[in-house]
Amino acid sequence: MTTDSLILPIALPLLGALLATALPRIAPLLGVLTAALTAMSGLWLTGLVWVSGDLSIVLGGWGLPLGIGLSADGLSAALLAMSSLVGLGISVYALGYFSGSERGLHFWPLWLLLWTALNGVFLAADLFNLYVMLELLGLSAAALGALTGSRDAVSANLRYLLVGLLGSITYLLGVALIYTAYGTLDIGLLSERVEPSALVSTSLVLMTAGLALKAALFPLHFWLPPAHANAPAPVSAALSALVVKAAFYLILRLWTDLFATITDAGAAFILGALGAGAILWGSWRALRAERLKLLAAYSTVAQIGYLFLFFPLLQALPPGPARDDLFAACVLMAVTHGFAKAGFFLAAGLVQKKAGHDRIDELGGAAQSMPATTFSIALAGSALIGLPPSGSFIAKWVLMQSALETGQWWWLIVIALGTLLAAAYIFRVLSRAFGQEPTPQCFITDARAEIPALLLALASVALLGLAAGPIWSLLGFEGVQI
Amino acid sequence: MIAQFLYGGAGILLFALGLWSLLVHAPLLRKLIALNIMGAGVFHVFIAIAHRGDALPPDPVPHALVLTGIVVAVSATALALALNSRLEQGENEPEPASSPSPGPRIHMQPALSTEPSSKGATHP
Repeated sequence: MTTDSLILPIALPLLGALLATALPRIAPLLGVLTAALTAMSGLWLTGLVWVSGDLSIVLGGWGLPLGIGLSADGLSAALLAMSSLVGLGISVYALGYFSGSERGLHFWPLWLLLWTALNGVFLAADLFNLYVMLELLGLSAAALGALTGSRDAVSANLRYLLVGLLGSITYLLGVALIYTAYGTLDIGLLSERVEPSALVSTSLVLMTAGLALKAALFPLHFWLPPAHANAPAPVSAALSALVVKAAFYLILRLWTDLFATITDAGAAFILGALGAGAILWGSWRALRAERLKLLAAYSTVAQIGYLFLFFPLLQALPPGPARDDLFAACVLMAVTHGFAKAGFFLAAGLVQKKAGHDRIDELGGAAQSMPATTFSIALAGSALIGLPPSGSFIAKWVLMQSALETGQWWWLIVIALGTLLAAAYIFRVLSRAFGQEPTPQCFITDARAEIPALLLALASVALLGLAAGPIWSLLGFEGVQI
Repeated sequence: MIAQFLYGGAGILLFALGLWSLLVHAPLLRKLIALNIMGAGVFHVFIAIAHRGDALPPDPVPHALVLTGIVVAVSATALALALNSRLEQGENEPEPASSPSPGPRIHMQPALSTEPSSKGATHP
């Protein structure tokens, strides 16, 4: 009986989507009702995994090579809990956002379908069903993103659709190769059988490349900012917080579970290096963005980058408590970003609705007129930066600790730079929001006087905080343990 | 055995040709056809691996996968064509008659909107 609840997080939103299509007049009511039920079933399943461990079921009583299997372990359960809570929040928000609008009628079926596919990705137990769920996710996401019907939105999402298709076809070719080698698609069976060979390596490369395209890993992120920034706020939140996580989840699953025996340090380093590129480039573009939603979209590119920094470290650490900590930190980072980015996009949507635009430079007075919304942006922003006590602070802490332990210190530079840039782009929004007047454009007004002050202040934070060790040795003490 | 290799090799070749065409050509229709050719290449590979020697019947699982894949490909093509026809409709009208939300109309700065795409063109 308990294993039967694996079906609910997929079946409930699917049923809701069909009903919302058939009865468009009560679609919002059906949508919110379904969202509540789906979220409850997702949390229930998470609770079950918490209490009784991994669950799996083969649907319809068909044996494994032929039947469709579903399974949930800790990783799927954590992401399922995220999709449940964030999905519920988005649904409640959408009820108000789309009220009285015809667009809402199209929103609900597509959104519930997207949720179905998302939960399907987290729970599917074989590679081909993952492909089907990924395609369903891509199709519903592109359709949702184009919901406003504006030229920018439609062309950005048409591009998103094509990129998504390219990603999933590449993934499918990888699936075909792995089926050639082992004659099964079940992840559990495959992870026992996989042995190093050229065919399996090719398959891993193809699957990872296809999924990296879908996860918007730098430099394959080009489609994300326009698609996410031009969608309606609830859709942007779903795309940025949840949909890219599905592809990331699958890469993590492939690398740490299915292909754990054939991944090597070089390949993991490439993923880490691309992640580093994503952090620096995404944060820089977020800092330069003129619109709040574009800033949030580029920030997603950067945050996805952090998730890929975990791969070279996971590869380097031997199995044991340190590696478990790191793996947990990686999941924590993904889940925290899901919540923070959804909150950020929803708040940005409110600002956009109230002010009629989302140009950052003209947000003056937002804190006075919408204190709670501004506070949400600040709170979500602190998680994006990684300030304590947010989840991403702990995740980044463990990440940096592992980088030191494995001797891969170069990632520390990337993390430090990325965090500084994130602080800069978040505080840029907040400083505008708290000002009554449009603030001056120029950062430095009197270079001779300001730059020394700036450098001194910077040294007090960056030099003395992060590199305090020499002071201990100067005084003849033992170095501090970080 | 040779036939199987020929079939599978042709599939990989189709995949590569489609990928090249997808990346090189700008018009949407060519991109869509290229994606479908890539899909056909993958299906070729699946059909080739279903062959289990002359004595045994072919493996039914890859066949089922190809059928599902075809359904997915058709739906994706249809959605892309629908989005494209929406774009072309917008070109004929002076102003797309839709406001993104019931709230005030949002004006996007031209510098930040996506690049001005020519007729249905996308540039991955």
